[in-house]
Amino acid sequence: MLGPSGCGKSTLLRTVNRLVTPQSGTVYVNGEDTAHTDPVQLRRRIGYVIQAVGLFSHMTVAQNVAVVPSLLRWERSRIKARVDELLELVGLDPQRYRSRYPRELSGGEQQRVGVARAIAGEPPVLLMDEPFGAVDAIVRATLQDEIARIAQRLRTTILFVTHDVDEALRLADRIVVMREGQVEQHDTPLRILTEPATPYVAKLFALDEDARRYDDLRAALSRVQQ
Amino acid sequence: MSYMFSHLSQIGALTLQHLGLVFVGLLVALVLAIPLGIIAARYPRLGTPIFGATGIVYVIPSLALLAVAVRYLGLGAVPVILVLAAYAQFILVRNIATALRNVPAAQIDAARGLGMSPWQQFWRVEVPLATPVFIGGLRLATVALIAIATLGGYVGAGGLGDEIFLGLQRKYVEQTLAGSIPAAALAVLADALFRLLERTSRAHLSW
Repeated sequence: MLGPSGCGKSTLLRTVNRLVTPQSGTVYVNGEDTAHTDPVQLRRRIGYVIQAVGLFSHMTVAQNVAVVPSLLRWERSRIKARVDELLELVGLDPQRYRSRYPRELSGGEQQRVGVARAIAGEPPVLLMDEPFGAVDAIVRATLQDEIARIAQRLRTTILFVTHDVDEALRLADRIVVMREGQVEQHDTPLRILTEPATPYVAKLFALDEDARRYDDLRAALSRVQQ
Repeated sequence: MSYMFSHLSQIGALTLQHLGLVFVGLLVALVLAIPLGIIAARYPRLGTPIFGATGIVYVIPSLALLAVAVRYLGLGAVPVILVLAAYAQFILVRNIATALRNVPAAQIDAARGLGMSPWQQFWRVEVPLATPVFIGGLRLATVALIAIATLGGYVGAGGLGDEIFLGLQRKYVEQTLAGSIPAAALAVLADALFRLLERTSRAHLSW
């Protein structure tokens, strides 16, 4: 879900786990009308990652990751194994990170824990609200690659909110372009690039500037070679 | 000083009695302050009248409030404990509300989004994160109540106020000091103890 800030993409995302109740319309998760499910139970089956991460600062990394499994009343040994498995999955050595506190981690490491915590209960759906918005560009690129890898491995459906066009193109199978509370277009990246439905979409995905920069670079390179 | 040292066991007993008044006063205060603080934190619109009401109690001179309490409840520990509890409201309610409001919004959002029930959110996230600030408020309230509890000597509730008021009546400064010095020491000690607790809990519980 892509759009400028304030366009309603986060609100739309938050209707999925009923953090926001829609005034009209119906939200289905796995074919089930969410209006008729207990929101607390619903949320335990849906992963949730936010830009501010929101790791519990009074809990260790392991305790944070274990939150949903313990809400689901998994057995202790199963939770412990799951925590280690997840830390490895997100690229954090369990031995080194298990008993650390969030304040001792870098921004990138914190969000890795945030992702691990969100998928700990094996949710079939994962909501991510600008998850990499607060980390620097290099870390962001790494985290994007890893989330793509994790999504492939877990076969989890991810709803991902961003205002970054490149991030959307890099990660999405389908993109929902939003503006001022309305969906402008909902399609594959390729079709959005080649057949934008509205002038707004066309402008958002315009290649002009990148193309110009690419040409500039080529020109500079050829001068160096000469 | 000779009075103090020749009456050590008596002063010791009065000190314990004094602590008892403060402790019970604080306990009664918390029974009211905790729900009021939670309500004020949850519903900011109710916060203003709640803070206002506790503030009004706070600005009434404690001796005047005690006089009124004695008129209805008679002499003894009961009116003193009630006055102590009433005074502590101003500090405790405000502090509990602040402590809860200061819990980072992102952690509350995460707690909800991950599927904690409101009850679990409160006990597993909000309470632990609010604890260091809460202990700070408990410290302020305790120190204030140790001072105010000396009024107990005036209405037959005992405590270190006994020595202070008897000394004043007899114009016997040494006896007055034998009540006020231990009271001051108690306040300093309580302050240090709670500071230590506050620091320990902060190290464990927050950023």
